Amino acid sequence: MVIKVEHELHQRRKGRNTGVGLLLLGLIGIVFGLTVVKVLQLGDITEFEKFDHVARPQIIPEEGATE
Amino acid sequence: MTDASLQDAPIPTTAYEPGMGDYFALMKPRVMSLVVFTGLVGLLVSPVAVHPFIGFVAILCIAVGAGASGALNMWWDADIDALMKRTARRPIPAGKVAPGEALGIGLGLSGFSVVLLWLATNALAAGLLAFTIFFYAVVYSMWLKRSTPQNIVIGGAAGAFPPMIGWAVATGSITIESVLMFGLIFMWTPPHFWALALFVKTDYGDAGVPMLTETHGRDSTRKHVLIYTLLLVPVALGLAFTSIGGPVYLTVALVMNAWFLKGAYDIWKRDDAAAEADSYAVEKGVFKVSLYYLFAHFVALLVDAALRLNVGAV
Repeated sequence: MVIKVEHELHQRRKGRNTGVGLLLLGLIGIVFGLTVVKVLQLGDITEFEKFDHVARPQIIPEEGATE
Repeated sequence: MTDASLQDAPIPTTAYEPGMGDYFALMKPRVMSLVVFTGLVGLLVSPVAVHPFIGFVAILCIAVGAGASGALNMWWDADIDALMKRTARRPIPAGKVAPGEALGIGLGLSGFSVVLLWLATNALAAGLLAFTIFFYAVVYSMWLKRSTPQNIVIGGAAGAFPPMIGWAVATGSITIESVLMFGLIFMWTPPHFWALALFVKTDYGDAGVPMLTETHGRDSTRKHVLIYTLLLVPVALGLAFTSIGGPVYLTVALVMNAWFLKGAYDIWKRDDAAAEADSYAVEKGVFKVSLYYLFAHFVALLVDAALRLNVGAV
């Protein structure tokens, strides 16, 4: 059997496949960009620690505690 | 078990292989450009600064949501699109895209745009976008379009939401400013569309879509153009006296509303015999003015916002 590396269908759909690939890359870029912007907007890094879904008593201010 | 590879299997060839352009055409790019413009103005004139990247993602979501509702509209209306000259070359009636594909793209992009907008901004903006898609695809396309000649009046609301969404992206609220921006597009749509309907011979009747020119007659349509223009004027002028109005907007609104109102009055004053005598010159003129009208109002809002920014910086 002759090994054909690429079916004719691949050539025919090349434009569409490239388009889908670029859209997915764009989506990755958007999600990455949003993550960077949202994290930077938090300002204080302890704010970010609140999102790790683990109870961290050390970041909860004690009652009556003074700075 | 066989080692037969895909290479040996016959793959059905279709007469036409849709490309990205065909899928993009499903999203009504021309409508999307108006949505992007008005949504961007709603975002930029708000008193709350938005990070440029979040603003970009928000506008992208609004555009994709509008495109998704366009795809759903084309899926639902494929039967009547095939009957009308203006729409017969759309991707589904032209046989370029399968109806199921359009439905899948419409639903997929709707979910994607709403969820991403929610993650990027807030629940109110995402909820408004979801409602806009629902309104255009279900309330307008599936319900009103084929049942009432007032379809364009109520359906026009779908095109009026983008500046309200843009405002909600920045402020997280609905205020008088965003309601009046909505009202400006909502009240502008009927006279704009009916002025066009008076001089363009449409085949909506052949497709069973009730249009005011055919159900109530052309004289009644002329009266409707004047009435809706009269209702539009206070909304447009009222925006000048909110926090986003200013001297530039007020000047533009006074000039454009006087121009539009004069045109609507001229349309109402004459009949079809007079219109045919000059090849619908007045109707064509009013339609052209209506295009400048909306663009000028939103540009004026932007200019006033820029002026306020400069005054604040000094």
